[in-house]
Amino acid sequence: MSLIEVRNLSRLYHMGEETVYALRDVSVGIEKGEYVAIMGPSGSGKSTLMNLIGCLDSPTSGEFILNGIEVSEMDDDELADVRNRQIGFVFQTFNLLARSTALHNVELPLVYAEIDSETRRERALEALGQVGLGDRVTHKPNELSGGQRQRVAIARALVNRPAIILADEPTGNLDSKTGVEIMALFEELSSRGNTIIVVTHEEEVARHARRIIRIRDGLIAADERISPEDRIQVGQS
Amino acid sequence: MRLGYELKEAAKISWVAINSNRLRAALTTLGIVIGVATVSLMGSAIAGLTQTFEDSLSLLGTDVLFVQKFNWATGGGDWREMRNRRDITLRDAKRLERELSMAQAVSVEAQSNGLVSYEERSASSAAIVGANENTAMVRGFLLADGRYFSEADVDGLRPVCILGSSLAENLFPRFSPLGERIKIRGKKYEVIGVLEKLGGFLFGDVDNQVMVPITRFVSDFAYNPDVNISVKAVNTELLDDTRIEVRGIMRKIRRLGPGDKDDFAVNQQDMLMDAFMQTGGTIAAGGLLITGLSLLVGGIGIMNIMFVSVIERTKEIGLRKALGAKRRTILIQFLLEASFICLFGGLLGLGIAYPITLLMQQVFPATLAWPVVLTALLVSIFTGVISGYLPAFRASKLNPVDALRQD
Repeated sequence: MSLIEVRNLSRLYHMGEETVYALRDVSVGIEKGEYVAIMGPSGSGKSTLMNLIGCLDSPTSGEFILNGIEVSEMDDDELADVRNRQIGFVFQTFNLLARSTALHNVELPLVYAEIDSETRRERALEALGQVGLGDRVTHKPNELSGGQRQRVAIARALVNRPAIILADEPTGNLDSKTGVEIMALFEELSSRGNTIIVVTHEEEVARHARRIIRIRDGLIAADERISPEDRIQVGQS
Repeated sequence: MRLGYELKEAAKISWVAINSNRLRAALTTLGIVIGVATVSLMGSAIAGLTQTFEDSLSLLGTDVLFVQKFNWATGGGDWREMRNRRDITLRDAKRLERELSMAQAVSVEAQSNGLVSYEERSASSAAIVGANENTAMVRGFLLADGRYFSEADVDGLRPVCILGSSLAENLFPRFSPLGERIKIRGKKYEVIGVLEKLGGFLFGDVDNQVMVPITRFVSDFAYNPDVNISVKAVNTELLDDTRIEVRGIMRKIRRLGPGDKDDFAVNQQDMLMDAFMQTGGTIAAGGLLITGLSLLVGGIGIMNIMFVSVIERTKEIGLRKALGAKRRTILIQFLLEASFICLFGGLLGLGIAYPITLLMQQVFPATLAWPVVLTALLVSIFTGVISGYLPAFRASKLNPVDALRQD
């Protein structure tokens, strides 16, 4: 069974009298260790799909099985638990707690996982080391550059060892040079066996992945593998 | 264990949240500070008053009956009817004293007031009390200096007097008044004793009175005064029996027929206590209710701020939920935040009320009672929980997707 199994997933929104299909009958599977980009213009339904995969939203109909767990029927608190253990989020706007240190920000998912403070600190430091911020742990977000902030966010996504890392326009708020650095980091994480899903509308960003799922009008328009020649690779590894 | 962990972490998070917005927390606290301070002060004042009242009442003695025109008990009778009763005369008192078999002692007192002076010094409206040889014993007056009236002083109409402690200090600031002659409403009296300070808030006149033999009082100041008779029973157990005897003899003295109502009252200490508890209790409840309103207003202020801060921090809540915070976790975080603010405000309010209570003690009996302190603190935490609950509940229900989209 795939890591992510999406079967006939639909999501409806009621806007006054009208009913809008943000996603209709989408089926897709993603394997463990894949590096996938979900692409599409705004309003295509890619954010809806990402929210569903990220367990931030529940589908109107259809099935969604994540890491062997049926999540389409779960309630609020169960979803919170799945988000905490299975998913690491990376947001376009970083979403760090502005008044807390990098270390505290990275520890946060472990707090909600109810892990004791010593282990928490250890693992947060380890994650910060992995993203190359081992020397910035006591800095607050406003003392860090944009790229460093996004690294803190990535460390936060990694820290609870989730099944997938879900990144929503991770380079959207960064200059192109820093963006490339962040994409290199994702590549490195991918090469270490992490499953990564990047949602973006930029072809450049998507071409770092090995597979691109294109969404248009709530449907999957294309699902293509990228040959190694077409792939953009940053000389990191 | 799980709850302990959650509480500990939520407490840390709340503390950070409060700390990072100190001004807002301080302004929010203000309402609670004022509320708790006023409630505590009100409570202290009431506790102080009650204590003083009880102390004063204990001066009356639990084994003494007071035969008077007026009834102390609330609803004890029509006030106008009591006013129109015949005076209790000295003759009534003497007959009662003669016929009583159960009493340990009977004191007869009459009261007036007027100018009391010694050379250049004077007190313009001191209480002048006519008393007999038993009054000090029955009423529990102790002598600081000199001696009390003897039977001979009373029977012989001797012009001798005993000063209350304040009056003695006022008239004789430098030397002992014993043996000196003072003027009471123009008549000369020799000071033979000084009373010990009694204090007491309600019967403070005792310290400012001058006592003279009742016989002399009648000849000098009032020919036919309305007297009070105080009857000391042998002990408290026999008080009720003594009361029955006193009532029977008084009815005979006053020539009341079998169908007539009593035209006198036999009072005792606990009647006054009951009366005080009724009226005083109502006043206290009213006062606490009004000051409680200010605490309520403080609570509404907190609710207001909590609502605003929930809206302001929508994105943070969304993020926390995305990272795995459950509803309950968010709820606890916000509840603790409100409770911390309120508890802190409560402590601060007490910190303000305490020195004010000390100041109040200079002019007015007030005690910062521990029950009041505890109640005020509990109320402030309770206010925090109540006023924090609704916003916290709303915050916990936010959908993480919508919350994260906010800016």
